[in-house]
Amino acid sequence: MLELKDISYSVRDEVHGKRQAILDHVNLTFDDAAISVITGPNGSGKSTLIKILMGFEKPTTGRILFNGEDITALSVTERARKGFTIAFQQPVRFKGITVKKLLEIACGKKMDTEGMCDCLSSVGLCARNYIDRTVDGTLSGGELKRIELATAIAKGGDVYLLDEPEAGIDLWSFEDLVKIFDRLRDKTVIIVSHQQRILDTADKIVLFDNDKLISAGRKEEMFEKLSQRPALCWRNIKENEYGQNG
Amino acid sequence: MDKTDEALLDTIADLHGIPEGSFNIRKNGKLLARNSGTDIEIVSKTDKDGIDIIVKPNVKNKSVHIPVLLTVGDFRDTVYNDFYIGENADVTIIAGCGIHNDACGDAEHDGIHSFYLSKNAKVRYVEKHYASGSGSGKKVFDPVTKIYLKENSCFILESTQLGGVTYTNRKTVASVGKNAQLLVKEKILTDGEERAATDFKIRLNGKNSRADVVSRSVAKGKSLQKFQSDLIGKNECFGHVECDGIVLNDARIISTPKIDAVSPEASLVHEAAVGKIAGEQLLKLMSLGLTEQEAENTVIQGFLN
Repeated sequence: MLELKDISYSVRDEVHGKRQAILDHVNLTFDDAAISVITGPNGSGKSTLIKILMGFEKPTTGRILFNGEDITALSVTERARKGFTIAFQQPVRFKGITVKKLLEIACGKKMDTEGMCDCLSSVGLCARNYIDRTVDGTLSGGELKRIELATAIAKGGDVYLLDEPEAGIDLWSFEDLVKIFDRLRDKTVIIVSHQQRILDTADKIVLFDNDKLISAGRKEEMFEKLSQRPALCWRNIKENEYGQNG
Repeated sequence: MDKTDEALLDTIADLHGIPEGSFNIRKNGKLLARNSGTDIEIVSKTDKDGIDIIVKPNVKNKSVHIPVLLTVGDFRDTVYNDFYIGENADVTIIAGCGIHNDACGDAEHDGIHSFYLSKNAKVRYVEKHYASGSGSGKKVFDPVTKIYLKENSCFILESTQLGGVTYTNRKTVASVGKNAQLLVKEKILTDGEERAATDFKIRLNGKNSRADVVSRSVAKGKSLQKFQSDLIGKNECFGHVECDGIVLNDARIISTPKIDAVSPEASLVHEAAVGKIAGEQLLKLMSLGLTEQEAENTVIQGFLN
C-alpha cells in the first residue's frame, strides 16, 4: 500500500517572488492490486504528484509511506530498486542507445529475443523491426511512447506510475493499452489520464481541481460526480463517442 | 612484438597478432612487418618517410591494415602515406595509432595521409587514436588527412580518439567531385588537462556532390576541445555538418561551424549543440535502477557508440 500523508509542494513564482502551491496538504491512499486513475484539468498538479512519488521532486512537507516504510527521503534509484516503475508522459530520447540496450537496462540483465518480443509485442511493436533502432528522433512520437511503456514492462515492479500513457498513441491501439493495464491488475497502478476509456479501467478515480484535491473514490461514485460537473470531464465523453462511431 | 604492442594493436585496429591480407605495421619510426599483395600494393617512399598504397581498379571487398605503434618517449614520428584507389575499387583501410609513453619526454605521431579516389571508387577509412603510459611526457597526434574524390566516388571516414591523448590537432581537407560523397563520423573523448582541436575544410565542387560530417565529443575534467568546420558549396550540392558535445566537470567545448554557399544551388546545413547531459536522460535511467554515475556512463557510452 502506498500512502501520501499531508503532501504539499510549492514553487517560487518568478514574477512575484511568492511561493505558489501546486499540491496543498494532499492525503491519499493507493491500494495494492488496484488501478487508480488521476484526472483533472491541466495545471492541477497531477504530473507533479507522479514526480514526487518517483522521487524526481521532493515534497515541501509531508511523508510518503510504502508498505508502512517512510520512503520520502529515498532517491530515484532507491525507489526504482524497491519496485517503483515510471513511464514518462514525454519519452526521453537518447543518442546512440538502442531499444535493445534500453530494455536490457530496464530489466537489469541480458534479454533474449523472446523476452524482447514479449515486451514489444504487448505495445504493438514487432521486436525484429525495433531492437536495433536508436531511441532518438528517428522514431515517431507514437513509437517512442510505446517503447516507453515496453521499457516499464521490461523493468517490472510493484508500483507503476503511468503519466498520460495514451498521449500520442493512435486511437485504434487503445485496446492494446487496456490489455497492458489488465496485465498489471495485481500491482499498484497509478495512471494520469483524461480519457474516458482509461477511466473505465480504473478501480479508483482521483479527481484534481487546480491546487486542491477535491475527491477520490470508487469509479462508479466518481462517475456520478463527474457527470454532475460536466465542466470537469468534458471532452472525454465526446472523444469516446467519436472513437466508437469511428 | 611484445605484450604492449599486442595490446595497442588490439585497441587501435582490433588486431590479434599479424593480420591477413595486405598490411604495414610501423613501430617507433621503423617497419615492423609488411605484406604487399597484387591487388593492394604497398611501396616505401624513396624521398621521405612513408608508403604508397596502391589499390588496383575493380578490387572489391578487400581490406588493408596500416597501424602505427609508438612505445618510446622523446620521439617524433612524421609519416607521409598516399593512397591511390583505382576505378570501381571498394576497400576498407584500417589505420590507427597507439602511443605508449612511460618516459618523461614527449611522444608524437603525425600521419600525413592523402587519398586519391578514382571514378566509382569506394573507401571506408577507419582510424583510431589511443594513448597510454604513466610517464609525464606528452602523447601527441597531429594528423592531416587530405581527400580527393573523383566522379561517383565515396569516402567514409570513421575517426575515433579513445582517450589518453594529451594533445591533438587534426586537420581534414576534402575536395568532392561530381556525384561523389564524403561521410565523416568523428568521436573524441578528452579528460584531465587534454586538448583536442579538429578542423574540417570541405569543398563541394561537383554537381550533386554531398558531404555529411557528424562529430560527437565528450569533454571531461578540465579538458578543452575545439571543433571547426568550413563547408563550401561551389555547385548544386548538399552539405551537412553536425557537432554534438557533452561537457562534464570543468571541461569546455568550442564549436565554430562555417558554411559558404558560393553557388546559389548549394544547400548547406550546420547544427551544433554543446552542453551537459540532459537531466531528464539521467532521471530516466535512474528510474530504471541505475545510479547517477552509471546513468552518466550509459549516456556517454551510447553517445560515443
